Amino acid sequence: MTNNPKLSVKLNCPLPKLDFDVITMGHGSGGLLTHRLLESGVFDLLKNEHLDQQHDGAFLELHGKVAFSTDSYVISPIFFPGGNIGELAVNGSVNDLAMCGAIPKYLSLSFIIEEGLRMEDFWEILLAIKTASDKAGVKIVTGDTKVVERGKGDQIFINTSGIGTIHPKANIHYSRIKPGDKIILSGKMATHGIAIMSQRKGLEFETTIESDTTNLNHLVKKLLDHAGESIHFLRDPTRGGVATVMNELVGQSKLGIDLVQKDIPVDEQVEGACEMLGLDPLYVANEGLFIAIVDATVADQVLALMRNDEIGRSAAIIGEVVSNHPGQVVMASRIGGKRVVNYLTGEQLPRIC
Amino acid sequence: MKFLSEYRDAKVVEELINDIRLVVTRPWTIMEICGGQTHSLVKNGIMEMLPREITMVHGPGCPVCVTPLGIIDEAIYLAENKNVILCSFGDMLRVPGSKKSLLEVKAMGADVRIVYSPLEAVTLAQNNPEKEIVFFAVGFETTAPANALSVVQAHKLGVKNYSILASHVLVPPAMEAILSDPETRIDAFLAAGHVCTIMGTEEYDPIVEKYKVPIVVTGFEPVDLLQGILMAVIQLEKGVARLENQYARVVQREGNRLAQNTINEVFEVSDRTWRGIGEIPMSGYEVKNDYKAYNARTKFNLNLESVPENAECISGAIMKGLKKPVQCPNFGTKCNPEHPLGAPMVSSEGACAAYYHYSNSMLVEDNS
Amino acid sequence: MCLAIPGKLTAITGQLDETFRFGKVSFGGIMKDVNLSMVPEAKVGDYVLVHVGVAISLVDEEEAHKTFEYIRQIGELNELNSDETILTDQQASDRSKRSDA
Repeated sequence: MTNNPKLSVKLNCPLPKLDFDVITMGHGSGGLLTHRLLESGVFDLLKNEHLDQQHDGAFLELHGKVAFSTDSYVISPIFFPGGNIGELAVNGSVNDLAMCGAIPKYLSLSFIIEEGLRMEDFWEILLAIKTASDKAGVKIVTGDTKVVERGKGDQIFINTSGIGTIHPKANIHYSRIKPGDKIILSGKMATHGIAIMSQRKGLEFETTIESDTTNLNHLVKKLLDHAGESIHFLRDPTRGGVATVMNELVGQSKLGIDLVQKDIPVDEQVEGACEMLGLDPLYVANEGLFIAIVDATVADQVLALMRNDEIGRSAAIIGEVVSNHPGQVVMASRIGGKRVVNYLTGEQLPRIC
Repeated sequence: MKFLSEYRDAKVVEELINDIRLVVTRPWTIMEICGGQTHSLVKNGIMEMLPREITMVHGPGCPVCVTPLGIIDEAIYLAENKNVILCSFGDMLRVPGSKKSLLEVKAMGADVRIVYSPLEAVTLAQNNPEKEIVFFAVGFETTAPANALSVVQAHKLGVKNYSILASHVLVPPAMEAILSDPETRIDAFLAAGHVCTIMGTEEYDPIVEKYKVPIVVTGFEPVDLLQGILMAVIQLEKGVARLENQYARVVQREGNRLAQNTINEVFEVSDRTWRGIGEIPMSGYEVKNDYKAYNARTKFNLNLESVPENAECISGAIMKGLKKPVQCPNFGTKCNPEHPLGAPMVSSEGACAAYYHYSNSMLVEDNS
Repeated sequence: MCLAIPGKLTAITGQLDETFRFGKVSFGGIMKDVNLSMVPEAKVGDYVLVHVGVAISLVDEEEAHKTFEYIRQIGELNELNSDETILTDQQASDRSKRSDA
């Protein structure tokens, strides 16, 4: 359970009265205890006409092209400054769909719970899921709950899969990226990863940095409404950070990318933490952040639209796609020199050297 | 950030590059000792900004890279002990020993933890009285005071389940080893600024005297490095050889006496093998007999066989500045960060790894 | 090696004895507990250089300014001596006197 008063619990919903306060193997066995868990009122929080059917699957109607995505969430700690695993799980799949140029509509929700998880914690995660899905405008229409023995999980793992309909003006594909396109970052880099790092045993430090996890679909829809096909590509730089996405792009498109270090927005505290631990913010994980590769002719308008939105206040043009050095990402350093931004081997670790 | 951002000012950098250009008249080879300095030079793209006459070569200033295979094997042996929690700085985790790395044994169930400070390992020992906590004490003189302090603290607190596995190396003997090699072609040195913060600058006087080579104690930020290079070049152009201090905002001639006392309380100078270079006498620290209860080697009776290095790796030549990473036939092909053949490719401070990550040299031509 | 960065000492939180003196240091706003036993002269408001959780030196603001002073002077000299490429003995000597430890 979290002691952090800043964790967002937007709904004032108390945990229903239960006669059990931890989840046990029995609750996942499919028998009476499972029934008790499902009927406890805990899942009433997520009530909607689809879930109410209580069928094995959901019956949906969709028109036009569809995008489908899936993601699993295994983060530890499950509660962190700015949120918990629940909202990550919703926002993650919502954002994957948004990056396809889709309007997210429905999510599936699966839990793998380690025996011993407190109901209080599970409730708080459900609250976060409810809040996040309402904010994103998506419905959770089918789900599953399993319980594993103590030691066989890490408190809770969540999988969400999402379905959405492609925005009529969207044409997102790496083949559309061309030299001259501008690269826009929607906000400050490395915030989420550093918020998590601040809690990590052995490395912890005091900070007011919170995870920037949020749903990006409303802003993406605005951009597609306005600029449609001029938006060539979207991706959210989660694990591996901005550098990894840039490298994926030059690999797929066989073009080059030039970045400008001084134009990449980073929070001062995030910068301080990276300096102290010897981390490069380019490789640190993000959550509520995305990269848009847009036609140069619309770059300024897209930037203005982003900055007009709560999520995109710190948005900036951080570079451009080029035809030279194909397959390479090159960054102009703050002092005017140049360096190659490669893939990182494995996880970035704090250093003393 | 104060005392950082000013030293990354693009205009000041431009001025310094210009100053160097105006002063230099012929080719000079300068070695920066410290891996952190190498990292900064390559990461900021300074190497390509320097006038062609200046060649920077990268010294053995990466304590992670110079830790011999045998010592990594010792750490792994301890980590695999079910009763041990092995604590380490992040840098060391990926370095393979003769068979595996600490990261790999961690994946196989060993309790290996990253800490930011050795003092945290002492706290861990207090909180886990039933386990043995071993701290992998790697570093140059900069890190020695903190590692020594952890032993002093453990001793004062009566914490008996704490010990360190020392892999400390000293800079001046390494510089002598490089300078005494007849193949060496280094004209001037940028000494390691943070090592000198602890040890002071006095120990470099005899080196300047003996080898008639300019030594400039230098910091790590772009402005520091360029100012250090400028000062070295001015000396070289004048034909003088002196010890200068560019990093005077933290380095004093006598260094930090308290830090030195802490080191001397716990450590004594010993012979040490440097991976890629070989044995350099009196070039490391080992835990003194008085503190042998905190020396993991004596505590756990470590007596592992020494392991030969990979014959294909030319790290010795790289770390002495005789060859550049790109001149190695295996660079980027057989040898890369995922499958390093030797020391300088392993840690991100190593010359080969720094080039691999940041430099254009091995990759497609840049037409811009 | 030796990643050490300057931070501002914002509070001295413990002073049991010389080994166990510690405080809170701010790096661009994040706070870390740092051992101060090697910088007994450090007081709140000072900048300290921190390596692996231990402050190893104070940062001398006056010396810090001298770096930029030196650079300014070299710049001026280079403008004056635009035909010459090498400093005179006196100029080199002045540089060294200012920057010698």
